Amino acid sequence: MPKKIVMNFPPHLIEQPITYRLIKDYGLKVNILQARITPGERGRMVVELAEDGGRWQDAMDFLTEMGVGLEPLAQEILWHEERCIHCTACVGPCPSQALHVADREAMTIAYDQERCIACGMCVKVCPYRAMEILFD
Amino acid sequence: MAKTIPEINEKIKAGKAVVVTAEEILEIVREKGAKAAAAQVDVVTTGTFAPMCSSGAYFNVGHATPRIKMGGGRVTLNQVPAYAGFAAVDIFLGATALPDDDPRNKVFPGAFVYGGGHVIEDLVAGKDVRLTATAYGTDCYPRKALDTLIRLADMNEAVLFNMRNAYQNYNVAVNLSDRILYTYMGILQPRLRNANYCTAGQLSPLLNDPLYRTIGVGTRIFLGGGIGYVVSQGTQHNPGVRRTDRGLPRMGAATLAVTGDLKQMSSKWLRGASFTGYGVTLTVGLGIPIPVLDEEMLHYVSVSDHDIVGPVVDYSEAYPNGKAEILAEVTVAQLKSGEITVNGKKVTTAGLSSYAKAREIARILKDWILAGRFFLTEPLAPLPGPDSGYTFRPLTERHVPPLWNRG
Repeated sequence: MPKKIVMNFPPHLIEQPITYRLIKDYGLKVNILQARITPGERGRMVVELAEDGGRWQDAMDFLTEMGVGLEPLAQEILWHEERCIHCTACVGPCPSQALHVADREAMTIAYDQERCIACGMCVKVCPYRAMEILFD
Repeated sequence: MAKTIPEINEKIKAGKAVVVTAEEILEIVREKGAKAAAAQVDVVTTGTFAPMCSSGAYFNVGHATPRIKMGGGRVTLNQVPAYAGFAAVDIFLGATALPDDDPRNKVFPGAFVYGGGHVIEDLVAGKDVRLTATAYGTDCYPRKALDTLIRLADMNEAVLFNMRNAYQNYNVAVNLSDRILYTYMGILQPRLRNANYCTAGQLSPLLNDPLYRTIGVGTRIFLGGGIGYVVSQGTQHNPGVRRTDRGLPRMGAATLAVTGDLKQMSSKWLRGASFTGYGVTLTVGLGIPIPVLDEEMLHYVSVSDHDIVGPVVDYSEAYPNGKAEILAEVTVAQLKSGEITVNGKKVTTAGLSSYAKAREIARILKDWILAGRFFLTEPLAPLPGPDSGYTFRPLTERHVPPLWNRG
């Protein structure tokens, strides 16, 4: 089961090949879902890491030691169900079907955080601000 | 056997009325047949919960000491401008109004975080709202400025007044162009990648009384979680459009102007909405009970999503330029399946009107009637019908002569 993680890079780490080391030194399978890196500023990368490959714990220790902030993606993306009116406007644009119609008779929405890739499309699409990305 | 509205109201009073939702009636007709259903069922309840831009509210905020004449001055509620061209302290706030300093679409697409619809939601939720006014000052109204917090309960009157709600059927929006479109029908991806629709389908009030036999001036309704009334046909009422064999319009047709006391409404059923790149609006909950007077009315209320067709319209070219081009006709059942076919291409669908909430409204209205808290009304006057000749015309622009209107 791959883990989706938001990695936050302090400005001084931007010019270091951290991802290279995760792959080369620790043997991790890294799938980059999203990256925003600007020299001199804080950087952010959303990655999917396969738990079966490489020295997982050593890699995490390495990142922590380097000062890379690690947050599980699921904690960073919130579906405020009380604000959701179940209009289904988010369902078409969501590329990974994380937001989907759970029941076609009642036409109700469900959010499957395992599938979310944090593209942020739903945030733009939802008129009721029911979706929130904390790291944005 | 035919029933009258007074007879149905007697049954409601006696706790003997049979009331079902526009969804439940389908099952009853399937099981018992139309004749038995018409005899058994007295009322069918409908509902819709969708963005409705021609909504707003008027307020009498009370007189300050010393007095101020807001009429002819400027008024804002949480920085959103309200219209003040009335007597001293009567104002009207529209759902799509924006603060003067909102960046709008200067950086495209704009976010439109807060506007008139949100102010109405906040007021109904009981929150404090900041009221500011500037005025020119008169002998009887000397004050020139006001800045205060106010809440709904402090106001004398607070009345929702929507000049166009509950559109009978609506376009399905797609985008044939190569660029992304930000519309009131949501975000439309280029080259026909998605289709957005906005109808409660088989639960929709005016699709359950397609020829306006029972809905008319004065009809009592569920509005924003409280009780409201139909004022008249709404703006852009257009009953003369092409119809199906069941009398259902094949495109947007009738509309309703509605009103109700905002103080008894709920922020659950009046929600501010922000459309990226387009603006703000108010999502309104509205439900209408339809009396099953006879078999003809039973036939109308047994409309299903399979019977309702809507036009697929290109919002990159046809809609902005007012062209009556239709790419396809699709049923609500197809739209709700999640996929339709347009120009031979499979297109993902998404809604803007909440079917789940429409269902809830129909159930609430049913419960009110069953509890004897809500009675049906006879229309005081009919809405203009399909053969009335009443139509919706475009604006014809005319040349303005130089020095026009300068005395």
